[in-house]
Amino acid sequence: MISSVITWLNDPSHWRDTRLNTGIITQLEAHLRFSGIALLIALLIALPLGLFIGHTGRLSWLVAAANALRALPTVGVLVLLTVMIAPNFHGRTDTGYVIPTEIVLVLLAIPPILSNTYAGVQNVDPAVRDAAFGMGMTGSQVLLRVEFPCSLPLIFSGFRSATLQVIATATIASYIPLGGLGRFIYDGLAQQDFPQMIGGGVLVAALALSADLLLAAVQRYAVSRGISGRISKKQVAAPDSRLATVTQAEVATV
Amino acid sequence: MTVLASSSSSSPLQFWGYFMDHRSEDLGWLWDHTWLSVLPVVIGLLIALPLGWLARRYRWVYPPMMSITGLLYTIPSIALFVLIPPIFGLGALDPKQVPIALTIYSVALLVRVVADGLASVSDETIQAATAIGYKPVGRLFRVELPIAVPVITAGLRVALVANVSIVAVAGTIGMSNLGQLFTQGFQQSTPDAYYPPIVLGIVLCVLLALVLDLSVQALNRLLTPWRRAVRT
Repeated sequence: MISSVITWLNDPSHWRDTRLNTGIITQLEAHLRFSGIALLIALLIALPLGLFIGHTGRLSWLVAAANALRALPTVGVLVLLTVMIAPNFHGRTDTGYVIPTEIVLVLLAIPPILSNTYAGVQNVDPAVRDAAFGMGMTGSQVLLRVEFPCSLPLIFSGFRSATLQVIATATIASYIPLGGLGRFIYDGLAQQDFPQMIGGGVLVAALALSADLLLAAVQRYAVSRGISGRISKKQVAAPDSRLATVTQAEVATV
Repeated sequence: MTVLASSSSSSPLQFWGYFMDHRSEDLGWLWDHTWLSVLPVVIGLLIALPLGWLARRYRWVYPPMMSITGLLYTIPSIALFVLIPPIFGLGALDPKQVPIALTIYSVALLVRVVADGLASVSDETIQAATAIGYKPVGRLFRVELPIAVPVITAGLRVALVANVSIVAVAGTIGMSNLGQLFTQGFQQSTPDAYYPPIVLGIVLCVLLALVLDLSVQALNRLLTPWRRAVRT
């Protein structure tokens, strides 16, 4: 069975669009488009909200409410919204399926980003926050220049788990039915074409793994080395001792 | 009047009537859904306990084991379902593929939880247990594991609630569980939306997740009587 899956994946006619079938490349683009739009909307909602809740401590019940959403079965909500929304669209358009899918994907992506951003800001060392205020930073400066960079590792881990869930659920969207790599899984199942079904599984798994690796690489460059701890002991010690002498010198002149 | 009656029968609030009409079928799916959610977590915990202990006992095991389990957890559920049969040499659609996939997820989640739970036991406690004569094995089962129970049950709650949602995904590839209600509702929704089975499925899934979550919390209370003694 494994060899027939490899044969299916290696067949160039499965990658290009043909008159009868949509190819892997096109479905991959559709999958990335659905996931990308949902992640962008979720990020635009959850990141500012999480920063605000973490910074002010107000509205923290929203985080608990968003987390309670996770108990909902994704497939059920997807089907429910589809039968509610899809009949309102007619003709050769898939808008009636895209809208419910995007709603579910956004609802799915918000809780991990929101709760991790909130937790990240909450977990910033109070001494660091005090120092920033003591330097004369305003509230928004403290938030954007101190609390946000310090909470980046947690924000990234939330965004990565949101990405994985969105890619996984965008696959299930092929069930309602919509394009994307899940098409091969559900078409293979319907046609009893198991190499196609398993090949689709391989593609989805590969997409999830590469998206996570890519985000891990972005995280490595975006997060300050002082926070992630990827900095050698020597480099830390040197500026520290210099700082110490500077403060002593200042004290002496005063 | 007839128009009103027919429209009310497809209203979302009619899910209770739908349940009463299809009781034996729905209860069968509820039972399948329950054991599919619970059994993999139990087996997963039994596998994760020795692995987590290894990761705690030999520190060099921890980073590679966390990378492997993190990698497994990255694979989307529907992809893992269809990838299980060729890897384990089953038929392309085998009822065993869902519990196997869920067991893999549970192990991936719980190995880290067990290792972190054992790490939460303070060195003083371990030294005290050794001093009053516990051998390593007895110390593990009678001191370290009981103290790690709150951390492990927190992981079990996450695993169970996630499983309830993932099992419903298996319904879309034809496996017998509450996910079938969504398939039914979807098929009966042409041309007009027919809500009762879909709403019933969502309600039963949420209730199941709630009941499982509460039973793990009860288990946690039962296994850690000393925490109540301290609080009161």
